[in-house]
Amino acid sequence: MSNRKTAKKLLFISRKAPYGCATAKECLDALLAASAYEQDLGLLFMGDGVFQLKKEQQPEAGRQKNISATLPVLSMYDIKDIYLQASALAERGLTADDLVIPVKALNNNDIRELMEQQDQLLSF
Amino acid sequence: MKFSLAIYAAPYSSQASATALKFTQTLLADGHEVYRVFFYGDGVHNGSKLTSPPQDEVNLYLDWQVLAEQHSLDLVVCIAAALRRGILDQSEAKRYEKEFDNLGAPFELSGLGQLVDACVNSDRVITFGA
Repeated sequence: MSNRKTAKKLLFISRKAPYGCATAKECLDALLAASAYEQDLGLLFMGDGVFQLKKEQQPEAGRQKNISATLPVLSMYDIKDIYLQASALAERGLTADDLVIPVKALNNNDIRELMEQQDQLLSF
Repeated sequence: MKFSLAIYAAPYSSQASATALKFTQTLLADGHEVYRVFFYGDGVHNGSKLTSPPQDEVNLYLDWQVLAEQHSLDLVVCIAAALRRGILDQSEAKRYEKEFDNLGAPFELSGLGQLVDACVNSDRVITFGA
């Protein structure tokens, strides 16, 4: 997160499962690229996007790069505001223990407030 | 108001690209400014000059081209997403030793930084095809 007052608040919203389509990976690529520009970045997993956080992914058999390997390095890029939709996690039978990194769980009202605080929403 | 668009959908596969074009035309007709149109993911296919739809269907490539020329639009195609999908301009075709290029002007290849720049410099960024 940048302390610059000129920084814009950009929230990346990732709603797709990690494999099967490139959207999840392309969201993370865009987020990592944005980290070079000293903006105030956040990442929110909604819907099937929470599957990206699941431990023990083995996509190599499908000739895919492991998305969950990227998630722990986000903090090194100063991306620390990482959230998930609590109901999406519960609906998919997952708990915080199933995830590769700790993520702040938000209810839908919290998500609405988070979105209202942003300058731009980038939906993937 | 200053708008930018992010387009993630290929033409003709979904309605998103055609809707984005119509939205851009409407913005300009209503006197808004369009700072940039950024094509990412499958959206890079919008920039292929080889696009050849049947004559009784809308030609999205030509419509983007005409609109861009009329309004000096900045049509930026993400280079990383484009190269993977075989959308190359002349200099990238040369770099990768390909026989042909297929990105048509005024579409231009550039990096994801252009999307971030659009977010910083626009009042609104509207996503199509997410």
